[in-house]
Amino acid sequence: MMAEIGLAALWLAAALAGLQLVAGSLGLTTRGAVLGGAVRPVAMVQGLLALLAFACLIYVFSVTDLSVKLVALNSHSMKPLVYKIAGAWGNHEGSMLLWVTVMGMAGGFVALVERRLPERTMLATLAGQAFVSIGFYAFLLLASNPFERLSPVPAEGNGLNPLLQDLGLAFHPPTLYLGYVGLSIAFSFAIGALITREVGPAFARAMRPWVLGAWIFLTVGIAAGSYWAYYELGWGGWWFWDPVENASLMPWLAATALLHSCSVLASRNALRAWTVMLGVVAFSMSMIGTFLVRSGILTSVHAFAVDPQRGTFILALLAIYIGGALTLFGLRASTVTEGERFALVSREGALVFNNVMLSAILGIVLFGTLYPLVAETFGAKVSVGPPYFNPMGALFAVPMLVVLAVGPLLRWRRDRFARVGKNLVIPAMLVAAAAIGLLMIGGVALLPFLGLALALGLAWASLLPLKGRNLRRTPLPIWGMVTAHFGIAVALFGMSSESAFSVEKLVAVKIGEVTQVGPWGVKLDTVEPVAGPNWTALEARLLVRYGTDGKVSRMLPQSRSFWAPPQQTSESALLTRWNGQLYAVLGGEAPAAGDKSEAKSDAGSDQGRWQLRLWWKPFVPLIWLGGLLIALGGALALAGHVLADLRRINLRSKIAYRRERQGR
Amino acid sequence: MSDTVPPRAPRWAIWLPLALFIGFFALVMIGLYRPADRNVASALVGKSMPRFDLPPALPGRPGLDSNVLANGKPHLVNVFASWCVPCRVEAPQLAELAKAGVPIEGISVRDTTENLQGFLEENGDPFQRIGADDDGKVQLALGSSGVPETYVVDGKGKIVYQHIGEIRPEHLGLLLGKLQEAQQ
Amino acid sequence: MKRLLRSPAGLGPVIVCLALAAPAVAQEEQSTAPYAYRQLDDPAKETKAQDLMESLRCLQCQGQSIADSDAPIAGSMRSLVRERIAAGEDPEAIRAWLIERYGDYVSYAPQLTGLTWPLFAVPAFFMLVAFLLLRRRFAGKTEDAK
Repeated sequence: MMAEIGLAALWLAAALAGLQLVAGSLGLTTRGAVLGGAVRPVAMVQGLLALLAFACLIYVFSVTDLSVKLVALNSHSMKPLVYKIAGAWGNHEGSMLLWVTVMGMAGGFVALVERRLPERTMLATLAGQAFVSIGFYAFLLLASNPFERLSPVPAEGNGLNPLLQDLGLAFHPPTLYLGYVGLSIAFSFAIGALITREVGPAFARAMRPWVLGAWIFLTVGIAAGSYWAYYELGWGGWWFWDPVENASLMPWLAATALLHSCSVLASRNALRAWTVMLGVVAFSMSMIGTFLVRSGILTSVHAFAVDPQRGTFILALLAIYIGGALTLFGLRASTVTEGERFALVSREGALVFNNVMLSAILGIVLFGTLYPLVAETFGAKVSVGPPYFNPMGALFAVPMLVVLAVGPLLRWRRDRFARVGKNLVIPAMLVAAAAIGLLMIGGVALLPFLGLALALGLAWASLLPLKGRNLRRTPLPIWGMVTAHFGIAVALFGMSSESAFSVEKLVAVKIGEVTQVGPWGVKLDTVEPVAGPNWTALEARLLVRYGTDGKVSRMLPQSRSFWAPPQQTSESALLTRWNGQLYAVLGGEAPAAGDKSEAKSDAGSDQGRWQLRLWWKPFVPLIWLGGLLIALGGALALAGHVLADLRRINLRSKIAYRRERQGR
Repeated sequence: MSDTVPPRAPRWAIWLPLALFIGFFALVMIGLYRPADRNVASALVGKSMPRFDLPPALPGRPGLDSNVLANGKPHLVNVFASWCVPCRVEAPQLAELAKAGVPIEGISVRDTTENLQGFLEENGDPFQRIGADDDGKVQLALGSSGVPETYVVDGKGKIVYQHIGEIRPEHLGLLLGKLQEAQQ
Repeated sequence: MKRLLRSPAGLGPVIVCLALAAPAVAQEEQSTAPYAYRQLDDPAKETKAQDLMESLRCLQCQGQSIADSDAPIAGSMRSLVRERIAAGEDPEAIRAWLIERYGDYVSYAPQLTGLTWPLFAVPAFFMLVAFLLLRRRFAGKTEDAK
């Protein structure tokens, strides 16, 4: 029953999206102006219906209604409730439903609160949002129906991939999707502005909070995904430039550029065409990423139900939306001027530099991700991985980070280096000191070396905009900028430290044996079987001690066997200290090295030797802490802008009220 | 250009994003409609077999020295393991090839003697020699990325063909053809 | 297509049984090559090996490097890399040896060849475009501003 309600809600929502498109488009004409009034309510109801459909899906998953095909394929009655619920979006259909739900809700929310722009632009924007939504509703209803029934009803479901049975699944996809799809608002705003030719500071101010909101979620989602991969896959890697990871990074890069060009447009009425284009590109990157992940066109470690037919469907949507938007851009952008001019040494100049560099990094990530496909059309196979992306990205990231240290100190329009130069003496000295220190330690590769040195100077420089200000009166957006830039320095330090100073140890130890990894002494105390709700495991108890520290801590890595579906996973154990993380994984019982016949004859005496994989990763948590700081900075800026808007609305209504009274 | 007429982006730059997108679209269209091939083929096809000398996998049976592959007759070299399900699937086809007089040499990858013995008892033994590649090094030397894989080697020890995955009945003709080619 | 046969012992609900059965499963599925799960004694050589392993692609689970994979063939490849590094071979020579057998696909570090030159040309091209864009944007700026 719930499945049918969900499906009906979805069809209704799709129909309303159609109505929203028609009413919004006709509302722009003089004859259809009456229809314009319907657009906002329709957008809100459409969002609510999509939400209802999603709630229905969560319901059928939480009660494990096996007559629904999707549940039978991806869930299992003996699974903790939280994973049953999270399992609703741990598959293709469910995650696409999450996608349209976020899209509908975002559109409805815009319709509800956004009152700053001329109504014509809003109509065009909401019509654009509906136009994009329709395609995804069609994809969901025609090619990936999540509510399809199954007959006969199976006795039990197939279960969820054990790697996904983790709290990471509960948080990572929803946040990431809020980010991906939240960018559709920027896309629609850009389309609306192109149609009505209203590109100016008001447009930027209206769009900025939405971009910020999406960007915050995207940042959190990427950081969460990276941490999840880090502890779940059991090899201590946090970023591998896998196509799926790149698919989440590309919208982030575009959104970051958009955020900065938005602030130029809002404050200085410059970079008009560029900002509109970034608005189109950001969400286009979300869609391209989705296509790359789900069409299975690239080889990736991330498992998604791969289906070329679906790939074709999404590709058609891409052609319509991205192709259409870029054509519109081409036709209209020639009438949109670039706006006010400014000098190279100015706040705008620094922001333009940052935009160009971010775009170049985006281009490299996209090109590198697609290149294996290019090679395949020529009948060859190549792999493009970290050894390519790291240095090529750094080529543009390093100059950008240098400018990041200076840019926020510059004045709008025109400035001189001499004015800000003396502020930068300390950061420059920090960079030099770090560089000398690292040279003395020696053995640090070039990229981590640059990262560590830059991070220290950048951390200091990022705080400089607060200098000489009354901290209480400093506007929230400034706090936001400072926090986010500081977060970049923190994350950069974590990344560089991890790659420069990590210590790895692979050992096969007997019970009671002590091994050393970095400053840690690790003793294998026991290995015992334990049972969970839908798995059994071997759990090692490690007693660990930092340096000559008296305190002994416990770590409990597991080697788990799930039975639905049958699969083994390694559950790593992490121990966090202020200066890093100790990472432990329990491998199997060790095959004795060397001759196998010896191993067999030796089995009696050699029993109880266990493989351990241990890493000491100095300052690695700073990567994700930095990510959270970046997101927090975004949140502060968002709060600042929203509060300022509210204050303005409040003031305006007070003035209107007063006028009204005086008029009477 | 005075301050009253702000600059515009050049025309080509305005259409550049669309041009790039069209390029992307064409690329993935080709990618989507080309049959997906996730197999990693050996780059050694057309080159000579690398030198190796594997110890016997079973007591009392000969091991596999790559020299025997250059004895003037074409051979099949089958890379297999007892723990691999597709290897069981292809056993009848290997038996048929052996019956047709094709010399088949086996390379048993990461296996144990008992498991291998059990496997051969259950699925038949078409092999003339079986070399034990316990640490998988010869597999790597051959450019083989999984099991089962079958190499057609001509009489001079040159690899002329690599078959990836299990040999199904419909593949027999193809393999016999390749063997025939190798003979010439 | 190439799936491993899993021992059904893991399905047994009796925990003690599992504890005994686990090694049997492990033996079938883990590489027994000597250096698959063992580091080189010389830390400098181990670092060299590690750097190389992180840039080689596992041929079975194709989205991972051999340093991050439990697939048996990745174990064999790790052992091969470590043994050759220990014997004093240059990491790039080992990479070349593997590329000779598996093609460019096995290496995450694209080599500069007739096929891959655009990978290196494009960043240079971006540099040029970035420079031109910025120059065009700011050319003659000082006069204008005055």
